[in-house]
Amino acid sequence: MNLRALLAALTGRQPSKEVAKERLRLVLVHDRASVAPEFLDKIKEEMIAVISKYMEIDESNTVINMHHAEGTAVLEANLAVKKIKRSVNT
Amino acid sequence: MGEVIVITSGKGGVGKTTTTANLGVGLVLAKKKVVLIDADIGLRNLDVVMGLENRIVYDLVDVVEGHCRVKQALIRDKRFENLFLLPAAQTRDKNAVSPEQMKKLSLELKEEYDFILVDCPAGIEQGFRNAIAGADRALIVTTPEVSAVRDADRIIGLLEAAEIKTFHLIINRLRPEMVKRGDMLDIDDILEILAIDLIGVIPDDEKIIISTNRGEQVAANANDSPAGKAYTNIVRRLLGETVPIMDFYQNQSFFSRLKKFIGLGG
Repeated sequence: MNLRALLAALTGRQPSKEVAKERLRLVLVHDRASVAPEFLDKIKEEMIAVISKYMEIDESNTVINMHHAEGTAVLEANLAVKKIKRSVNT
Repeated sequence: MGEVIVITSGKGGVGKTTTTANLGVGLVLAKKKVVLIDADIGLRNLDVVMGLENRIVYDLVDVVEGHCRVKQALIRDKRFENLFLLPAAQTRDKNAVSPEQMKKLSLELKEEYDFILVDCPAGIEQGFRNAIAGADRALIVTTPEVSAVRDADRIIGLLEAAEIKTFHLIINRLRPEMVKRGDMLDIDDILEILAIDLIGVIPDDEKIIISTNRGEQVAANANDSPAGKAYTNIVRRLLGETVPIMDFYQNQSFFSRLKKFIGLGG
């Protein structure tokens, strides 16, 4: 670290390169995580079809999205279950 | 059998055309037969960069539509007899060519030439899809700026999706003095963010503008400019040689290091 960087650190003002790097990192996390909405709709449709065999799903209360957390992509699905079919236990 | 290399970037104005022209010259100086294809239909520029704008008779669209044979459309360079240009059409749009036609043309040219360099248009639409269709490998050009690096990341994703397996990064217009004072992304910063292999770094060099003004390439006289030398190094790496990346931060005297420590630049 040179004196200028040290001064920058002390005054809380980062060198512009560090700002650029940080902004890039954030924007790329977002860019890389964004998936076409049609693609997610298709996954949602098929998931509901599979799960509906066993449970009754409230489709209007179903949310599916994709995001990044700690370096990995996470596919998050929240499905509201109306009731579990009796036949599952038999 | 030759190799088709597409030079791409996503963002416009980062130096794709200049890079295409210089790598072409460098490869010819390394005794290769080279065709440069300008795939930027409607906005052709490789012809003026090469200084061949007055010699165009037929263009890429004429070739794919069968109005002429490939040989008739290829323009021989003024200085290098093994360097050819296939210019883009200026009065058509990007839909005048299809990816299938580009693949067919690439296969035909590979029979006779060692390298086919395709100068890709900016953007990620049809023009980009055409340009990468016949490519065996890709070179992604970026500059040390947030917008250019971001677009490069997007392009890498699209190349992966298109199953182009070999691609490398070229960092263009690096300004070592700005990097030194912490005001420009450094080579390592960009590589860390993009996680891709580097094939070369071109320093910002006013000789590029001077030679482009004349329709000449810095790679023709590699020892006259840092950029010319850097392009020649990329050519050697393309041909399989191991050449270290230039040290842009060398020649630091004790005094300049002292100045740097105090923060007076240098």
